[in-house]
Amino acid sequence: MIGIIDYGMGNLFSVSKALERIGVPYIISDSPEELNKTKGVILPGVGAFKDAMARLQEKELDQFIHQYVDSGRPLLGICLGMQLLFEESEENGRFQGLGLLKGRIVRIPDRDQNGERLKVPHMGWNKLHFHQEAPVLHDIQDGYVYFVHSYYADGIDEQALLASAEYGVQVPAVVGQGNVSGMQFHPEKSSATGMQLLTNFAKAMERSEELL
Amino acid sequence: MMTKRIIPCLDVKEGRVVKGVQFVELRDAGDPVELARVYDEQGADELVFLDISASVEGRKTMVDVVQAVASELAIPFTVGGGINALDDMKRILRAGADKVSLNTAAVNNPALINEGAAFFGSQCIVIAIDAKYDESIGTWRVYTHGGRTPTERTVLDWAEEAVERGAGEILLTSMDEDGSKAGFDLALTKAVGDAVSVPVIASGGAGNAQHFLDVFTEAKADAALAASIFHYKETGVGEVKQFLRNAEVNVR
Repeated sequence: MIGIIDYGMGNLFSVSKALERIGVPYIISDSPEELNKTKGVILPGVGAFKDAMARLQEKELDQFIHQYVDSGRPLLGICLGMQLLFEESEENGRFQGLGLLKGRIVRIPDRDQNGERLKVPHMGWNKLHFHQEAPVLHDIQDGYVYFVHSYYADGIDEQALLASAEYGVQVPAVVGQGNVSGMQFHPEKSSATGMQLLTNFAKAMERSEELL
Repeated sequence: MMTKRIIPCLDVKEGRVVKGVQFVELRDAGDPVELARVYDEQGADELVFLDISASVEGRKTMVDVVQAVASELAIPFTVGGGINALDDMKRILRAGADKVSLNTAAVNNPALINEGAAFFGSQCIVIAIDAKYDESIGTWRVYTHGGRTPTERTVLDWAEEAVERGAGEILLTSMDEDGSKAGFDLALTKAVGDAVSVPVIASGGAGNAQHFLDVFTEAKADAALAASIFHYKETGVGEVKQFLRNAEVNVR
């Protein structure tokens, strides 16, 4: 059973439908008690960093997420949900994140190295480049996934960078350290590749339970 | 590197796809979900559903369609038509659409763009512009009500304003080329693309794969939308992509 953390900022419908399609049972909840009964959680998210952190704190879900990660069970942040895993963000100010991964969230520059203008948001299908092997990347061959975002994670640990996409800068696309992982794109909207990534997460979750 | 997106567009009326879609392998060519699945299998990067229902009941049915499509499909899709207020956006997005497309309602009430972007984020708000060249002013004019009503706005000014207000993408239809199958309007697409900082989807005039290549390379479109050439199987999404790949355009 996967828990989808409902803090009012996510496109919960598409994440839950994707889990149904790959046959993984889930619950959607904003209650730490309920969510604590699961074997893994997904932190989705669309919207602004500041609002998202405020809502997590309001519902004391920030504390819950830390305790959950400490318990050894896997956490997957998607899009804004991934950005929240880092130390801080410069989106509309300067705001603290969950601090589970090293790095900060900064705006995608509007020009590339050659001075060519880049459209922001980074919107559409982009190719994944793989940096390290990880269970979540098993059987991913055609690495095109669907991105929609204006900010990206900068200054992250090299060991935490599993896959990236090129968009003027190197955009960390899949990050992971221990039982904390994140995807900047939307696996739930990334066709067969996205479904495989979610399936891999679900499998990793089953394995981590054996280890506990 | 980003890929160029190919986007089939489906007209939906009272919950059914209309405008003569010819897929022989389908049991029911009017079922939006079944058609969406076919396009997904062909490699469509995204889909647009245009709700052309005339009745309130038809609009309610659209919510069911959106839900069914979202359950079946793992690619992004946009819904346009009949979205006049924040509540309409909420209904469609909560049913599972990824983006809403606003046209006449945004021209009549531009603050709607700000409201939508503030509530859902810019990435959910597509502004559809119907453009027609006007010799008397030497530029393109914005039309509303499905191209029936000329407005006082020019396309370039409106596109810029829409983006300033929070539009995340521009769906740009050339009324001059629409239905012509003579190719996308390259000058229009390029002009809007140069003017705004968000992706531009070119629409209107697609007749063959070369036209997609032209609009991507010459007019720098980020995505291209077509309806009839896909519906009538004059070419497939996969064929267009293969053609583009051979021409070294980055596609999925």
